Amino acid sequence: MPSTLVIGGGPAGLAAAWAAVQSGDAVTLLDDNPALGGQIWRGEIPARYRRFLDPRITIRTGVQIHSATQLPKADRIILATGTRERFLPFPGWTLPHVLGAGGLQAMVKSGLPIAGKRVVVAGAGPLLLAVAAYLRKRGAKIVLVAEQAPYQRVSRFTQSLWRTPGKLLQAAQLALGLRYRTDAWPLRADPGSVTIQGHGVLPCDYLACGFGLVTNTELPELLGCRVDTGAVITDSKQRTTVPHIHFAGAGSVDRSILEGQIAGFDLERARALYPARDAAVRFDRRIDEAFQLRSELSTLATPETIICRCEDVPFSAVWQQRDWRSAKLQTRCGMGPCQGRICGPALEHLCGWPAASVRPPIFPTRLENLLDLRD
Amino acid sequence: MIAVTINGRRVDVEPGTTVAAAVMRGQAGFRRSVTGELRGPLCGMGICMECRVTLNGRPHERSCQLLCAEGMEIATDA
Ligand SMILES: Cc1cc2nc3c(=O)[nH]c(=O)nc-3n(C[C@H](O)[C@H](O)[C@H](O)COP(=O)(O)OP(=O)(O)OC[C@H]3O[C@@H](n4cnc5c(N)ncnc54)[C@H](O)[C@@H]3O)c2cc1C
Ligand code: FES
Repeated sequence: MPSTLVIGGGPAGLAAAWAAVQSGDAVTLLDDNPALGGQIWRGEIPARYRRFLDPRITIRTGVQIHSATQLPKADRIILATGTRERFLPFPGWTLPHVLGAGGLQAMVKSGLPIAGKRVVVAGAGPLLLAVAAYLRKRGAKIVLVAEQAPYQRVSRFTQSLWRTPGKLLQAAQLALGLRYRTDAWPLRADPGSVTIQGHGVLPCDYLACGFGLVTNTELPELLGCRVDTGAVITDSKQRTTVPHIHFAGAGSVDRSILEGQIAGFDLERARALYPARDAAVRFDRRIDEAFQLRSELSTLATPETIICRCEDVPFSAVWQQRDWRSAKLQTRCGMGPCQGRICGPALEHLCGWPAASVRPPIFPTRLENLLDLRD
Repeated sequence: MIAVTINGRRVDVEPGTTVAAAVMRGQAGFRRSVTGELRGPLCGMGICMECRVTLNGRPHERSCQLLCAEGMEIATDA
């Protein structure tokens, strides 16, 4: 029986594992998180997707893959390592009441009480609305949802969705009762408040702030897959440039599921899903265009603003560096425990540097964790 | 309910609560940065390392990726 190894148990990884089992493979799925479901489902997989949890899949959670030698042997590997939020530095972004938008949502989903707390949600992209709606449902007082994108771009996007001008914005404001504002972004955070462009100082218990999503390309890169401008290069069957390695997901949920199935199925069954996947990819592109980051966001950091949170490297130390590599060598920026996962995407936007290549292990780890999982 | 100890204080949490969520109920800061700034969780998904705590004597554990278990001893350095 051919064997398939899936890394990542979000929508893409679960769909891939299920599809591979249907195709007659012996499937093992590994995920770093204590619960399956990835960033959106987090242990609560919707009823219509529970079939993905086929009992024939060997599932191991709480396992982090940080080097190639650690991978169990398999005829085929499907990487479905998902995305993380992009954070942009501004004065005060390191204060403890400032979390990622998805970050605060994750905390609440995993047991943080939020009822009665005042929350400002800020940054870029549709995730802000999803997070605000979720937090509100759990009893938070949403002070403001601040979207940095200009009104024209967001409304053009929503018009293209609904044909009725501003329908999505209306839906957000009326149906959800959220105060959603475009052309608004954080200028600085201070203990107990945030200053938002156009809206002044807003007292809050939490600022939930993220500037879109970036693909976790570290593991694919480490395994030799070609990555270009933040995306893993794949063909229509979701094959990467390394023959037996596929990559799926890191898009909207529908797209991630389709890509997972395409990666897991045999060619014939996969082909039937190409048109739906291609449509989903085009939709994701429209979202990316609508919520593109504005240039003002790269001027928020002052010379004192910390860029690398692990090593506390201020912006003044890195802005004169030529590239990411020299910043690492000269200032230790990106050399701490997160290995540049937070400051890398930030500097990409601030200085226009593409991220430098990865060397194993991609996560610092205690020696005992480096033990082989091949058994 | 699950009983854990956070900096010597007993706290009861629902099953399924992560160590990070349990700590955040009582305090905002989890650790001191290399220059002494107070820091807490950022990403909630195991990537930023800002949520590190000492767990049953083991330092530098990512609290957002670990579920509370009965009798766990959690210590923060902030
Ligand atoms: C913080 C956050 C919150 C989000 N919230 C929402 C939301 O509320 N609504 C919405 O529509 N979309 C949300 N999204 C977007 C959503 O993630 C995508 O739409 C979709 O779920 C992508 O699915 P995926 O399977 O590709 O990736 P993910 O769901 O990200 O799953 C990837 C999985 O791989 C695991 N993994 C990654 N690297 C490794 C490794 N090296 N070793 C082992 N395991 C690894 C991760 O732990 C994760 O479980 C969120 C994204 C983020 C980052
Ligand atoms: S909050 Fe980022 S690693 Fe835990």
